Amino acid sequence: MITCPTAAELQAALIAFDGDDAGPTDPRRVFLARVADNARALLDREAALGEAAEAGECARLAALLGVQGDFTDLNRQLCDALRSGAIGPRDPALLAHLRATAIARIAIDQPGYCGLEALLGD
Amino acid sequence: MNIPAALARLAPRLSKRATTAVNARRLSGGASLETWAFDLDDGTPLILRRRPDGAAMRETAAPLAHEAALIVAAAGAGAPVPVVEHICDPEDGLGEAFVMRRLEGETLGKRIVRDAAFDAVRPGLAHRCGAVLAQIHSASPDGLPPLATSDALGELARYEAVYRQHDADRPTFEAAFRWLEAAAPEPVTPVLVHGDFRNGNLMVHPEQGLVGVLDWELAHLGDPAEDLGWICVNSWRFGQWRKPVGGFGDYQALLDGYAAAGGGEIPLSRLQFWQALGSLKWGVMCLMMYSSFASGADPSIERAMIGRRVSETEIDLVRLMEVMA
Repeated sequence: MITCPTAAELQAALIAFDGDDAGPTDPRRVFLARVADNARALLDREAALGEAAEAGECARLAALLGVQGDFTDLNRQLCDALRSGAIGPRDPALLAHLRATAIARIAIDQPGYCGLEALLGD
Repeated sequence: MNIPAALARLAPRLSKRATTAVNARRLSGGASLETWAFDLDDGTPLILRRRPDGAAMRETAAPLAHEAALIVAAAGAGAPVPVVEHICDPEDGLGEAFVMRRLEGETLGKRIVRDAAFDAVRPGLAHRCGAVLAQIHSASPDGLPPLATSDALGELARYEAVYRQHDADRPTFEAAFRWLEAAAPEPVTPVLVHGDFRNGNLMVHPEQGLVGVLDWELAHLGDPAEDLGWICVNSWRFGQWRKPVGGFGDYQALLDGYAAAGGGEIPLSRLQFWQALGSLKWGVMCLMMYSSFASGADPSIERAMIGRRVSETEIDLVRLMEVMA
């Protein structure tokens, strides 16, 4: 599951925003309305792509670590292995996993972000 | 708090010819600091910077009076900055705030990298940024307000500690911390570092080019390459990723401008180290801002959504880990 924030947290923030009756011309409100539109589009993308992204991430983690487990558990194990030095920061298999994960995440969070084109472009 | 009314009362202290302030309007949509534009009735265009009532200071942020003192010091070193007109005291009724001249130009990075109005100045902008950074870095440490000092390993340790406070398992960050720790350059004599020198904090005029360096809230003493790397972080290239300097220029132009203005030779590898650390820092900052949503301190949709910008820093870090020597 994608966290910080989760889809449920975003949904709750949207409900709070929609229930706030500040004047629609207030500059802060205008700015936040654009952010809210972005959040709704993100949630639509996550509903469509989130499950497959997590399944792919989970399968790669299991292959990289050589163990089975759920996503949260495996992801934490990878973090621990990197922190302890058991896996080096530029290990090719690690980088392949991080690359695939970054591509899948940006497709949900911010598909127009130019860093994707940069990563794929050279 | 009624800002326009407080500004109207303050007007005679700002100019002998003024009796009141007019056209007061809030410019920024941000939550950490407010920026107001207003005019005196004698025609003087001004800016008010103030901390919103009850807003918590960012961990690394200096008081606004320090920011004003830094702008004065940067002006003394020859850097283009707005003239500071007044540092507010409690009887002004504006809270923590100061007033400076309003410069004419554009700060929106998206327009600076794309709009035809900036076609003429864009080709020279990276070189000019290098020259201006050399001026800022030449500021005498005497007379500066109290500032933190940091180097590469210090910055890494500080941001890793912040990351560890969050319950966020981010393998790309874990890898980046270890990679950058092993690659950290030898420390150099610390200089005045702006700390947030990026496209978005630069006032650019369609004919005069860079006319003002804004937002000195994160200034500190540190490695000069930190500022050169920060403006190359992909998050502020506004889609123009092939132009590493702010989305408008090339590395070599920035480094040449820096050296030509007396800033010395900085190797590209040192700049790119700080660029990568910059992406990592911005990613951790996004987590920090998200956590103010999670804790309930700021339940806005903005603070929730900024957490989803962490992935942009991850994709940039992966690319740098792939391509850097």
